[in-house]
Amino acid sequence: MNKMETMTGARALMVAMEKEGVKEVFGLPGGANLPMYDEFARCNIRHILVRHEQSAAHMADGFGRVSRKPGVCFATSGPGATNILTGIATAQADSSPMIAVTGQVPVAMIGKDAFQESDIIGMANPVVKYAFQPRTPGEIPGVVRKGFYIAETGRPGPVLIDIPKDVQQKEANMIFPDEFKIRGYNPWTDPDIVHVERAIEMLLSAERPIILAGGGTIISSAFAELQSIAELLMIPVVTTFKGKGAFPENHPLSLGPIGMHGHAEANKMMTEADCVLAIGTRFSDRSVGTFEAFEKRLKIIHMDVDPAEIGKNQTTSVAVVGDVRASLRIMVKMLMQRATKRTEENTWIKHVKETKAYWKENLKLHPGEMGAAKILRKLREVLPRESIVTTEVGQHQMWASLFYDVIQPGTFFSSTGLGTMGWGFPAAIGAKVARPDVPVVDIAGDGSFSMTENSLATAVLEDIPVIVFLLNNFTLGMVAQWQRTFYNRRMIGVDQGKCPDYVKLAESYGAQGIRAQSMDELDKAIKTALKSDVATVIDIPIDPEEDVLPFVAPGTSLADMILPS
Amino acid sequence: MWAILTLLVENKPGILFKVTHLFRSRNFNIDSISVGVTDNPEYSRMTITTYGDEKQVEQIVKQLDKMIDTIEVKHLDEHKTVYRELSIFKIKLSNANDSMEVNKLANAYGGKIHDVRKESIMVELTATPDQIRAFEELAKPFGIIEVARTGVAALQRSGA
Ligand SMILES: Cc1ncc(C[n+]2csc(CCOP(=O)(O)OP(=O)(O)O)c2C)c(N)n1
Ligand SMILES: [Mg+2]
Repeated sequence: MNKMETMTGARALMVAMEKEGVKEVFGLPGGANLPMYDEFARCNIRHILVRHEQSAAHMADGFGRVSRKPGVCFATSGPGATNILTGIATAQADSSPMIAVTGQVPVAMIGKDAFQESDIIGMANPVVKYAFQPRTPGEIPGVVRKGFYIAETGRPGPVLIDIPKDVQQKEANMIFPDEFKIRGYNPWTDPDIVHVERAIEMLLSAERPIILAGGGTIISSAFAELQSIAELLMIPVVTTFKGKGAFPENHPLSLGPIGMHGHAEANKMMTEADCVLAIGTRFSDRSVGTFEAFEKRLKIIHMDVDPAEIGKNQTTSVAVVGDVRASLRIMVKMLMQRATKRTEENTWIKHVKETKAYWKENLKLHPGEMGAAKILRKLREVLPRESIVTTEVGQHQMWASLFYDVIQPGTFFSSTGLGTMGWGFPAAIGAKVARPDVPVVDIAGDGSFSMTENSLATAVLEDIPVIVFLLNNFTLGMVAQWQRTFYNRRMIGVDQGKCPDYVKLAESYGAQGIRAQSMDELDKAIKTALKSDVATVIDIPIDPEEDVLPFVAPGTSLADMILPS
Repeated sequence: MWAILTLLVENKPGILFKVTHLFRSRNFNIDSISVGVTDNPEYSRMTITTYGDEKQVEQIVKQLDKMIDTIEVKHLDEHKTVYRELSIFKIKLSNANDSMEVNKLANAYGGKIHDVRKESIMVELTATPDQIRAFEELAKPFGIIEVARTGVAALQRSGA
């Protein structure tokens, strides 16, 4: 039986979160969430103070992606709540588990345009998995239990809990439920075995099969299962950008990400395949180009936990709904029973290997010493395999996709769905909180880093030593590339000047700043950063004119890939 | 394709907002929507009529189903469904004959007469949207002053 206890809503929130295993909260206080903040004095949850609520949400997001448990962020009502919206939307777009707790004006003041009142439930509705606004303190334990359950099950996502101040303050007899029911929510479907069997038949009878692993593969940690299937059937593996690193990128069957800035060999082989096993992907336009061209002449087997993804962007031949790891396990088991190992080298695999080898040799790269490819390969060379990498958004992100090989699956994270500049650094801090035992590096651009650079304060004061690996072209480089390509080199609104000096900026926060202008310096800088127990910004000046190539222009198909000339 | 969807949802504030918001943000159309509490006060039933090709309607159903506050979502087969809409027409009367003519027309459609005045008359009509449209066409020549419609309510026939 659950024991009843009398306490305030704020206290109940903390107790309920402790029961969920929460150890850290990222946030910033204000009038409407002070009762909750006061409870930090009485519980075992660490508060990590941010300088902007958006960063708190990104930290929770990074924490959630790495630990696969919801990260928690706190913000006050009104502007605090609106500041976390970008972070919530980013988590939703990338199916990341998160609990965002906002303070709200007292119940009696709701709707009166009170000071710092904002209808955050209304604003957040399209970008949350679910939102709660408990109107009585007694609801809070149940809301927290359900909130965590919703955030982390099925297709994960952010859950907002908006608590009016008086509901935080009032006391009630609290029951902390172990069991609960949400009638309209059945996150897990058992994969249909008949469909798995059909998928196997289709893969076996295909001439040019390929596996496309999406972000869902990483979310469900289906790494071993994916590798077994690829090896049993000798099928090459491409990924989406979000699925990057679902499969070891140094594996002979790995071709890397497809898409707008996919690997040349991956895009080529994707367009030549006749059957794809698509795992945990929503076929985003950035990955597949135009929908019509992609599905032409291609049989699609689609595995996903979210039934609404089936048929949304692509017509599928076979759909397997359910946790992709569970579905792949069934597939592995069936394949083992059939003992259908396709070990011998067939023409398709030979062609795939040749293509891969060709592009390894022949992709034209920037000739300078500090070209993007060389810089990222250096990072890969020096970083231990288990290191976690996040990225910002822009050219550096796409160079990371092209030239930083993920070897240990599930160690690469990026804002892929919303493409939120400023995500990578706070997300790296959240990731480091989840995994203090491994190095965490944010591969950054100067524009993006500027957006949340004040998280340096959090990294320093809270002793969270992450590394910012800053590819500094003093430009909003990706936009500049589009202006060079599509707007006849009219560069507008992209020059960042040499402002600020990122070494001095880092130092002013008490972090370490190192400038690396040669490969030698870079090598040393990375090693110094790895050894140091304070956050480090490695500022790497690069050529502002370097383009990211290959490039599949928006509204075109993977076959129209533009290559370096 | 015109589709009738029936939704069993939690009877809580904000659900109608979420459902209509979903239609807006996913670029779907709402043709009509009606909501009412069911015999069990914990649930409401929503009936939504919408337009879209088969794929779109399938997507709408899936997205609605995915919503945590929806307990059941069904795309109803028109032919196996009883569906009706209530409409009220205020019609102009220009001469002595009009009153009788409107009466006749209303009778033909099974409508009821209300609020008979010298210059206007009201007709209450419960029918399918097609029948209501047909009635509207025939009433137009008299002059329609105002119309109010409830949107469709629908239930699947037993054994269907
Ligand atoms: C919040 C936000 N605003 C604007 C954009 C559009 N945008 C995409 S990439 C980019 C440039 C990023 O510059 P930087 O971080 O320096 O990366 P670079 O491309 O130079 O490597 C911009 C402005 C975005 N993705 N996110
Ligand atoms: Mg830049």
